[in-house]
This record gives sequence, structure tokens and C-alpha cells, in this order.
Amino acid sequence: MKNEIKFLLNGEQVIIEVAGNEVLLEMLRERIGVKSPKCGCDKGDCGTCTVMINGKTVRSCLVLAAEVDGAEVTTLEGVMDGGDLSPLQKSFLEHNSFQCGFCAPGVILSTTELLNKNPHPSKEQIKEAIAGNLCRCTGYTPIIDAVTDLVK
Amino acid sequence: MAIVNNFDYVKPKSLKSVFRLFKQYKNPIILAGGTDLLDMLKSGAVVPDVVIDIKGLNVLKRITYKDGVLFIGACVTYTELIESKIIKKRCPIILEMAKQVASMGVRNRGTMAGNICSAVPCADSSPVLLAYNADIVVKSSSGERSIPAEDWFVGSRKTALKKGEVVRGISIKLEEQPQGASFLKLGRYEGEDLAQVNLVVIALKDKTYRVVYGSVAPVPLRARKIESFLKGHDFYKAVLKEAVALVESEIKPISDVRASKEYRLHMAKVMLEIGLEAAINRLSGKKPVYGTKLL
Repeated sequence: MKNEIKFLLNGEQVIIEVAGNEVLLEMLRERIGVKSPKCGCDKGDCGTCTVMINGKTVRSCLVLAAEVDGAEVTTLEGVMDGGDLSPLQKSFLEHNSFQCGFCAPGVILSTTELLNKNPHPSKEQIKEAIAGNLCRCTGYTPIIDAVTDLVK
Repeated sequence: MAIVNNFDYVKPKSLKSVFRLFKQYKNPIILAGGTDLLDMLKSGAVVPDVVIDIKGLNVLKRITYKDGVLFIGACVTYTELIESKIIKKRCPIILEMAKQVASMGVRNRGTMAGNICSAVPCADSSPVLLAYNADIVVKSSSGERSIPAEDWFVGSRKTALKKGEVVRGISIKLEEQPQGASFLKLGRYEGEDLAQVNLVVIALKDKTYRVVYGSVAPVPLRARKIESFLKGHDFYKAVLKEAVALVESEIKPISDVRASKEYRLHMAKVMLEIGLEAAINRLSGKKPVYGTKLL
């Protein structure tokens, strides 16, 4: 049995037929061609497959494609501010927060969710929000600095 | 890794439809948050012919408090528990536990009911539910029954849930008397680490205590020897040493990839000291506030 699903992807409507066992991450990357979410650990531990569903970050490797029927899905491609980088992205750029960039989608989406909920988070709250997004390059400090600087 | 086995995906709007699907398919499985289930589907640990997504059932999404009973619906996520005013006011230890579950992206999706249905030995929810004598409320086409948390966990990844049943929620009859509680989780790092040991302590005004360890046996363990030893004592420091000495007779942790049994046993003792102190301080209205990491 296939399910036809309808959802908003970065503001644009998508109608697509999915199999029951299709994973959201596979559908986004392989069938729609949105490449910012990546497959790292494939079990929800590393954060690199992060996307938002209705404004909340989720691990897209742990969601079935059929589950997003009727939902609003946002990937890193969708957080740009009218074709420009968001203030948060600019701050990450200024702080050289990322080197290889593999963790960037997860980190940017997680901190975007945090700032939407709480515009002035403490350092502890920033750390809590990015926990579970594994970065092996910059050691988190410039990531935390970028958010701290932006919200102070 | 793709999911090899194919299955139907159905998102019913009522419990009745769930039971109809139970009859229609041979090997149905329930999907709530999916943070455990997707992993099991990928590894082939479960091979269903239908996945029944219960997130369409609004009746399972509520947190309520009535007549001293707290009820947490099966589809309530950890994030919703953390943000709930009812939880903060009525049972803040759940908030303290929920904040330490995995990462934000997992908490936005994962549910407490799902956590105890997976019933892995290191589940964070299990010791809390045991300590509060919670009931797991399950429904089938023939009716409803409540399973005490202590009977729910029958082994590693094994529960008392029968075929044809679905968890409706978790019911906790809260103690009327003043109480202080604490939740401690020992892990290697923050964000998506599994517990090496977890512990819940409740100190009640009538000088009784509840002590429950998780991740040190196939099922969460109520430390009854420690509880009965502590009973009647209000100044814990004088008796702390003896209570800690009892830990070895209560738990038999194993060595695995996350920690050795020696380390687990040692830390279980340290955690009891810290947990008791925090619970007793909270009983008398002192700090640390709930939600503070104690370890």
C-alpha cells in the first residue's frame, strides 16, 4: 500500500506518493533532492539529519515519510531570510563556527528553534539545545560563542 | 539504512479503528514518537505488516490532573512534559527526568509511553514510574485494564502488554503529603547518551522513602532494603553510611560497552548520597530547584 501525502516543504507544497517503509530523510534527499539533512549515524544520535516539523526539530532518520502528511517541514534551505543568511547564520559565519559543515544543518536548526522559543537563552540553555548534534571539527566553543554573541 | 521490510502505514482517528486494524492485520505495531521504533524497524528487530500511527488520536495527547491523579496520555512527548504547567506544579520530578532524556530533537518526538513500551533497561522513565507506583492504562477491544509499573516490566525489552492491547496513558496517584524527590542519571556525555545508572529517590513527610534504580538490571529495581532501613529516620546523615552499604545487596549491575559493573556499583552509592540529600532538601522547600542537574 502506498500513501499519497501532501505537505509544505520550506513553504512550497509537495504532493508525493510514499511507501509505508520510506524514511523521511530518504524521501527528502533521494526523491526530492533536498540535501542539507544528511545521514550520519542513522539512529538519532548525531543530529546531522535534523529537520523541523511544524517548527520543532526532529531527527528525520527516525520519522517515516508518511508521518509528515499535512505538516510543515523546514530544512536548512528554508531558514534563509529572503534569499539572505539569517542573523544567526551570519553570526556562525563570523565566528567560523563550522569547518567541514556536516553538523551545521542540525546545529543551525536546533539553535533556530531555541531562539524562536527563547530569544535570550543562557549559555546552559544553548548547550542543552545543541546537545546531540555531534561536531568533530571546532569543538563547540565557536558554535556557542556565535549564539551567545547574537543574543547578548 | 533503509527499512527492508515493507508494511502498510495507517493513521486512524479513533481507538475503535485501531482495534479494527488489530483484527485486519497479522502483525501490527503501534507508532507514537518513533524514536525507538524506527531503529527497530531498520535493524529488523520488529517486522510488522502494518504500522499504526496513533498521533491522530487527540484523546491520547492530554496531560490532566484531577482528584489527586495525574494522567499522561500515550502521545505526550518529552518536550510537552517539560513545558507542562501541570507537571511542574504536581510532579516536577517528571520534568527533571524528561530534561535529561536524549536531545531536543528526540524529546520533540519521543513519548514516555513509548519509552516504557520499548522497556530497555536504561530507560529514564521507568524508575520514576516505579517510585510513584504509577499504573499503565491499556485498552483492548474488550475493555481497559491498569497494570502497576512494577508488574509492567517483565524483562529487558519485555512488558506485560498483550497482543491486541494499546497503551492509553500513564496514571499516577500522587501522594497527598509533602514530598521531595530527585532524579539522577549517570552518562558519559550530554545529549543522546544512555544511562549507565539512573536513580529516583522520594522522601515523604511521614519519614518513609522510595528508592528505585534503573539500568542496573533487566528491569528497574525498587531498593526495598534501603527503603525499610531509612524508614523513620529524618536526619539522614547519621544513617547515610549504612544505607549506602546496602546498595551492594540491592543491585547487581553488569559490565557492558557503556560501563563496568564496578564503576556502576560505585557510582550507584555516590548517587544515593546525592539523591537523598536533594530529595530531603526539597522536602523542606530548599534548593536545588527541580530540573537542576544533580550529577
